Amino acid sequence: MTETARFNRPARLLHWTMAALILAMLLTGAAMVTSLADYSTLVALHRPLGILILLLAGLRLANRWRHAPPPLPADLPVWQRRAAHGSHILLYGLMLAMPLIGWAMLSAARYPVILAGPVVLPPILPPDPMLYAALRRLHTALAYGLFALILAHLAAALLHALIRRDGVFASMAPWRSGPPDAATPP
Amino acid sequence: MTLLHDFTGARPGMTGRALLLRLSAIGAVLAGTAGTFAYAGGWLSPGLLTPARIIDRFEQVNGPHPGFRRNHAKGMCVAGRFTGSGAGARLSKAGVFAAGRVTPVEGRVALAGGQPYAADAAATVRSLALRFRLPDGEEWRTGMNNIPVFPVRTPEAFYAQLLAARPDPATGKPDPERLKAFFADHPESAKAAALIKARTVTAGFADSTYWSLNAFRFVAADGGTRPVRWALVPDPVPAVDAAPGDRNALFDAFAAQLAQNPRHWHLIVTLGQAGDPTADATLPWPADRATVDVGTLTLTAATPEAASTCRDINFDPLVLPDGIAPSDDPLLSARSAAYAQSVTRRAGETKTPSAVTGAAIHGAAL
Repeated sequence: MTETARFNRPARLLHWTMAALILAMLLTGAAMVTSLADYSTLVALHRPLGILILLLAGLRLANRWRHAPPPLPADLPVWQRRAAHGSHILLYGLMLAMPLIGWAMLSAARYPVILAGPVVLPPILPPDPMLYAALRRLHTALAYGLFALILAHLAAALLHALIRRDGVFASMAPWRSGPPDAATPP
Repeated sequence: MTLLHDFTGARPGMTGRALLLRLSAIGAVLAGTAGTFAYAGGWLSPGLLTPARIIDRFEQVNGPHPGFRRNHAKGMCVAGRFTGSGAGARLSKAGVFAAGRVTPVEGRVALAGGQPYAADAAATVRSLALRFRLPDGEEWRTGMNNIPVFPVRTPEAFYAQLLAARPDPATGKPDPERLKAFFADHPESAKAAALIKARTVTAGFADSTYWSLNAFRFVAADGGTRPVRWALVPDPVPAVDAAPGDRNALFDAFAAQLAQNPRHWHLIVTLGQAGDPTADATLPWPADRATVDVGTLTLTAATPEAASTCRDINFDPLVLPDGIAPSDDPLLSARSAAYAQSVTRRAGETKTPSAVTGAAIHGAAL
């Protein structure tokens, strides 16, 4: 397996960092709407992490633009190929949209978007309670969508890693692995 | 090569047993991830007291009042400024305390309870909520009441108290037996209720003292922190005669007073010492604790609630500037969570005008 068949190092680093961050965001998001005791701590974590994800997603898109990802295996069925492309567009869309919607809804509700200490982001929408209510619902709905998409992504990744063993998982794996089965002599 | 091999794209060399084992492992990872999410979201703990449950109980006790705050439903917007005395600058690095610094403030006076059309009554708990707008987008929001301590210690006790103090539809008063049972279960609330009952109830909003109720921490420029509570203590105010039969007598009187002259309060910060209770809002601090007058709040105007006014602001007590931090009081995070839930519900509801319209004030200041 040649280096060109893997995602470049920045892509792999960004992928695994963001995987951890996005899972942390989904968990804090789910927990903070039901928690009384930990609500304020979780919200104080959720805001800056969301903005960090927005920045990293921008970096990641730029890197992807300059370094094309490795091609999918030629023998992958067409529907899986389409599912892979479609789900990646959705994943990128949500990585950018979720933090922006969060920032926008807090702006519409006139909350200061506190990152840390005295650092507060400016509002990106004028005050509007109805708009806040709509964006707040959208934030939840898209979070469930993102979680479902991540489960599907995880299932597909493990299928490639454990069952197809076609190098797709290895192309994003943080470690350097041996050649995939397809290239192994019998 | 089985159908399963074909469907999963497994290499023909993989035995059926190995394939099933690996599929099961994938299923386990997915189930574990989904299960963790479900646990975080509280779906696995159906008995959990959540922000939604607290707001549900307000709605259950008060009936539906769409568009209004679920508590402190009847209110009026106020505006003014805060001028730092400088004495707070050594206690907290928040810029609002700098000597002579003038910070614009908007706020809301209200009566406790979830009934937006209730007639004003002297004994009803009065609140003053403020939003200090510091430079660079920082804010300090605080919701204060004219009671020296809070009636409950925990969110769970608050939830129980809401139901126990619910007015009986037949008498219009809480069922004494249920209240008695609540106080028996919560002796700290019984003591707090006695302190609250013993307070001096003043003529109106203008001459009320408003207490922070919860403890906070001031963080100084050198990083040192200390527990604090604060109170807004009014300058003397000439009384006004309320119009007889005015259901908004307290609000109308306050609007009339503000229309005549600005009204002033001193922000008095009480410095807690080691061992003073910070996690129990039912307990007063010893009366000999040092206090510092950190500045003067001047309210200059009152306006009815309407779009883009105080109506749409969540006076979340944990919107704090750098230099003021939460204490370990469990009520703070719970207030923050429940207020957010109330805002999220009412924001999406159609708004009806507040009972406090200002019509009684000759339409002048209002």
